Formats: sequence, structure tokens, C-alpha cells
Amino acid sequence: MKKIILRLLAALGVACGGVVFAKDVSLLNVSYDPTRELYRDINTAFAAQWKSQHGDNVTIQMSHGGSGKQARSVVEGLPADVVTLALAYDIDAIAERGLLAKDWQKRLPDNASPYTSTIVFLVRKGNPKGIKDWPDLVRSGVKVITPNPKSSGGARWNFLAAWGYALKQPGGNEDKAKAYVSELFKHVPVLDTGARGATNTFAQRGIGDVLIAWENEALLAQRQLGNNAFEIVVPSITILAEPPVAVVDSNADKHGTRDIAQAYVQFLYSPQAQEIAAKNFYRPRSADMAARYASQFPATHTFTIQEVFGDWHQAQAKFFKDGALFDQLVEGE
Amino acid sequence: MNAHARTRAIAWPRRLVHVALIALALVFLVMFLVLPLATVFVEAFDQGVKPYLAAIVQPEALSAIRLTLLVAVIAVPLNLVFGVAAAWAMTRFAFRGKALLGAIIDLPFSVSPVVSGLVYVLLFGAQGWFGPWLDQHGIKIIFAVPGLVLATMFVTLPFVARELIPLMQAQGSEEEEAARVLGASAWQMFFRVTLPNIRWALLYGVLLCNARAMGEFGAVSVVSGHIRGLTTTMPLEVEMRYNEYDYVGAFAVASLLALLALLTLAVKTLLEWRYGDEIPRTRPVDTRKRHGT
Repeated sequence: MKKIILRLLAALGVACGGVVFAKDVSLLNVSYDPTRELYRDINTAFAAQWKSQHGDNVTIQMSHGGSGKQARSVVEGLPADVVTLALAYDIDAIAERGLLAKDWQKRLPDNASPYTSTIVFLVRKGNPKGIKDWPDLVRSGVKVITPNPKSSGGARWNFLAAWGYALKQPGGNEDKAKAYVSELFKHVPVLDTGARGATNTFAQRGIGDVLIAWENEALLAQRQLGNNAFEIVVPSITILAEPPVAVVDSNADKHGTRDIAQAYVQFLYSPQAQEIAAKNFYRPRSADMAARYASQFPATHTFTIQEVFGDWHQAQAKFFKDGALFDQLVEGE
Repeated sequence: MNAHARTRAIAWPRRLVHVALIALALVFLVMFLVLPLATVFVEAFDQGVKPYLAAIVQPEALSAIRLTLLVAVIAVPLNLVFGVAAAWAMTRFAFRGKALLGAIIDLPFSVSPVVSGLVYVLLFGAQGWFGPWLDQHGIKIIFAVPGLVLATMFVTLPFVARELIPLMQAQGSEEEEAARVLGASAWQMFFRVTLPNIRWALLYGVLLCNARAMGEFGAVSVVSGHIRGLTTTMPLEVEMRYNEYDYVGAFAVASLLALLALLTLAVKTLLEWRYGDEIPRTRPVDTRKRHGT
């Protein structure tokens, strides 16, 4: 018995001694699908910086999946210190459960989106179907790949980009937009559940003539699946996608990680992280870095969700809720 | 026409049917089992042995392997105990609700694994029935190892019991009663009479249970939270790597899973070959045959 107590004391001593010298901190970042490569690089850079400034070893754990599904998991108790999701609506859903302040989007610069992206087209080498802009997607014989907006954040951006395009044409109105998007989904043979699944369908399985995708996802696919098998087509007008980040207040407080979680999301705005974002094909917010990587990101006309749709709640209610416009379009077929 | 010629006339089409059936079975086997299995290994070694090994010794892969084994090591023995107890109750006692118990044991076979995972989220998730209580006491079930074990136990629950019940029914309880009459204690009877009688069926059940426990995807996917290196089992790791365009890595981990399955098969075959003469007495299939004739 005595021996056991002694051993326990010794173990305790070792544990406490460890705290004095260097803490081992771990942070869980719950993110969406296409950010896997981005955060692998960000995490390495942040851990190195934190170590040099504070001497503590920080391990950042990642969980990736469809944005909506990930938000759901955090609500169900996935202990995320930080969420970095595809759209504000999903973080709002977490805020509604009281896990973080409702004004989370105002706590960081630029709508709490340290990087942006747009929606572009990925076509096969040589662009055999001659896809140049949105109208080409609904020509007869063109097959379009896009994931399901009910489950995928990226797909919702795709949907809104298409809607916004149609609305902004000369003489465009709600009816014309509806007709265009309805026609567009008639050209979709497979609705994957997530953005990465759709990319795999298009690139690996060779289905479809054009993939509507995040610009970062399209550039990454071009690099990873290489050999110049694909080309990117930037449409004349598209949406500015702002994937937001936030500290999950109640989890961070519970884990005692608020400081480091806060430092982590702020680090995303630093020049170092902005460059990592650009290298991983996200458009950096910093004008400096944007200028340096300008050749990678062709200029295009973009509109924001606020300009065309008000906000995510209105867009969600109008298009993606059960029984809303998207369901009607699919059932109408 | 004499009798001899008639049999020959019948023999020809019969042989044709024989050959056709065997060929059909072979084609099916090759198409649906051998080819996909071969693809796994071909893709895994697509870029040679070195990248294959490198993919497997990555810390995430190693932790996935460790977690898969850990979950199996907890879930399989628990299901072994439960399976024996359930089979015992079902075959040695008459009680009300016996049919219901039988149906409940079969439930995991008929329920989709995804649904069984969701059930645990609804029970133990932060918004679930027991969620707030668990949270107050700092107990983590969902998105942690206990949740993975629970989900795995649920889907593998019937394997042991379903293997034992028909056998124990066929064997009856005469030998056990004889042991008791001759003065054996309950435990002596169980270890010296019952267990030796059911050991082969038990082993089969455990092997099947283990194979399923290691390969389970759906239920585990729902309760895992997909935290890399922490709550990712091998099947989840395969999916993740595939999604990261790491095809060699995905198939390398998949090939390990396939190897585990082949190992299970090899163990089973080896035991059958080594103890072949003993097995007929304690295998449900063969006892049924004995009773049938």
C-alpha cells in the first residue's frame, strides 16, 4: 500500500514538474472538407510560433467533414475549441445553442473570414465542351457536377453563385433565376454529399464535363491530380465566398484554452498565415499578399451574399430549408 | 432404348449443368471477391514498397491501428460474455419474453449501422437524454473511445449468440444434467462440460465478431467526430486519406484491414485442418445434419 502511495506521489511530482517547464496544450479545430491541406500547414506554423513565444508545446487536432455535419457534431458535444467552417450559417447554428456569443462574426476583422474564395468551373483538358460562362452549363449535352446543397456548404455557395448570376443579367428577375437554376440541376447526374466527394466524382471517376467548385478546391485538384488534366474557367460573375472562423467560447473556457484559441484565430490574419492561405489557393485578405499572388487568382466580378440575398438566414430559409426552393426544384424534375 | 443408354443420355446435360454452375460460381467469386481484393493491393503498391511502408508508419495510421485494436479488444470479450450468457438463457431456460429476447439479439442485424450510431448520439450527445448529466460529471462518451466501443458492441452483438444458440439447442442439456447429478458444481459443469462442447462454435463466433468489429464503418463514423489521431479507426482513416487525394495511403491502410480479414480466415482454416476430426461434434451445421438424417 505504502509503495503504491509513494508511486502515486512520484507520478504527481513528475506531472507537476512538467507544468513548470513546458505545458503540453492541445486544441481541437473542427473544420470543413477542403481545408485539410491548409490547416496542416497553418498548424505547423502556429505551433512553432507559440513554442518560440511561450515555450509550450501545442498540438492542434483536426476534424474535417461536411460543414453542416461538423456544426451538428459540435452542437452534439464534439469538444471544438475553434471552428473554421464553410459558411456563417453553420457557426450561427452553434451560437444558437449558446456555445458561443451570437455576435461572433464581429469579434474578428473582415466578417471573421481571414481568407476568401470564389466559385469557379473545373473542366477537362482543352475544354472540349467550350465552357466559358454560366450559360454554357445549361447547353444540351453538358453534364455538371456539384454536390448536394442540403448537406454541403460548398454546394450552397455554388447554388447562390448560379442564382446571383441569373439575377444580375440584363432583365434578370426571380423567375428567370429560378428557371436558370432549375435547368442547371437538370444537367447534374450525381449529387455528392460533400465538396471533396464531388471533386473525386469528377476527377477520379471521370463523370461529367464541368465541376462547379470552390476556387481553392479546383486549384488543389489541378495540382494534386496533375498532368494538366484539368483547366479552370472563371465565370464572368461569381460569388465571394467567405468561410468564417470562431472560438467556441464555452468549450475553450471549459478546457482552459481561451488564450491560445484566441491567438490561433488571430494568427490566421498574420502575414505568415496569409501567405500559407495563398499557397493553399485561398484568396488572402491582406492586400499585400493578394498583390503578390495576383497571378494565381484572376480578377473577376464578385458579389457578396449580403448584396444579393440579405444574409445566410434568409438564403437558408428561401432556398435550402426542407420544402424550400431547392426541394421544389428537385421534386419538379 | 436400354437402361444404359438412357443414363448416358441423362448424364450429358447433367454434366453440362455441373460445369456451367461451377463456372458461374467461379466468375462471380472472381468478379466480386478476388478482383476487388486484388485491386486493394495493386493500388496500395502502385508506387512501390517504400511509399506503402511510409504511409503505414505515419503517426495517424499507427494511432488508427492502435485504436482499432483497442476497440476490438474491449468490444469482443464483452460480446463473448454476453453471447454465452444470452445463448445459455435462450437454450436452457423457459421464460416469458424469450421470443422477444431472440428478436432483440437479432436487432443489430436488421438496423442500419448508421441508425445505431445515431441512437447513441441521441442518448449521450450534448443535446441527448443523458448529455447534460454526463457533461456535469465530465464523462465523455460520444466523440471519444467509449462511444466507439459502444457502437462497435452494438453492431457485433449477435455474432457469438447466433453461432451458439442452434448448437446448444441441438445438444440439449443431458450432459450438463449428468454432470450435476454426479456432483459437479455449477462452474465445474460449465468449464468441463458446456465449454468444451461449444468451443468451436464459440471460436467461430468470436472470429466473425472480431472481423466485423475491426471493419465497422457506419456506426463508428457517426460517433467518432473524426478527430485525426484520436478517434479515427482504420476504416475511417481509409476514407479520410481517400478524400485527401492520398490514394496510396488510403489503399495501404485498406490493405492492412484486408490482411486482418485474411488472417482471420487463415486462423479459421488452420484450426479446421488441425482439429478437423473434433469439429464435427461441436459445429452447429454438422449437428443439424446429424439430426436431420
